[in-house]
Amino acid sequence: MASRKPRNANQEVRFLTSPKIGHKQKKYCRFKKSGIRYIDYKDPEFLKKFLNEQGKILPRRLTGNSLKFQRRVAQAVKRARHIAILPYVTDLMK
Amino acid sequence: MRSLFYIIQNEVIEVMVRNYELVVIITPVLKDAEQKDLANAYIDLLKTYGAEILEKDFWGLKQLAYPIKKKTTGVYMVVEYRAETEVVDKVELQLKRDERILRFLTTRLDKYAIEYNDKKRQGLVGRNRKKRADEQQAENN
Repeated sequence: MASRKPRNANQEVRFLTSPKIGHKQKKYCRFKKSGIRYIDYKDPEFLKKFLNEQGKILPRRLTGNSLKFQRRVAQAVKRARHIAILPYVTDLMK
Repeated sequence: MRSLFYIIQNEVIEVMVRNYELVVIITPVLKDAEQKDLANAYIDLLKTYGAEILEKDFWGLKQLAYPIKKKTTGVYMVVEYRAETEVVDKVELQLKRDERILRFLTTRLDKYAIEYNDKKRQGLVGRNRKKRADEQQAENN
């Protein structure tokens, strides 16, 4: 004889509002986390992660970089722009 | 403070040797052989000033992100060298005077940058990570 299923087995527990609202994922500095200590200004593909579509440097509040590495990212991006690896101004970079 | 600074500088200046990285963009108008010659001329110039060449990387013709002197492409060369601080000024003066040079950039390398470049040479980090590691393996075999 087949065993009887408990009554609530197929019913998910549902909340009226999503439980994710209210506590967002904490941002972190990717350089600190992965132990990168030098940012190469000759690598445009890496630096593009910190630029928006117009080629502007993204703020810390979006990237989550620590102040130390945000400064180094900015320095590297500016160097890359000087040697024409990255554009100063553009539309639709990616 | 100023006098103190000068005293320190006078003492230190003779032994102040640092690592630098020089990126040069050569005009694409020249022929291939001329580009190579020009690049080698600057490496020789560095050597005459007593610089130790650690790495020279000839990237070749590359698209510029924006036009410089009405050129849309340029020939890139990267040199890592170790020299006294005054050498930088001397070399940059020559680069400024040279019309065949579109643009150049000298950066001082800190200890992390030196470490990074060492690893890059071994093929552990950077864009060509896998490719270089494979090449090295092929050499070893």
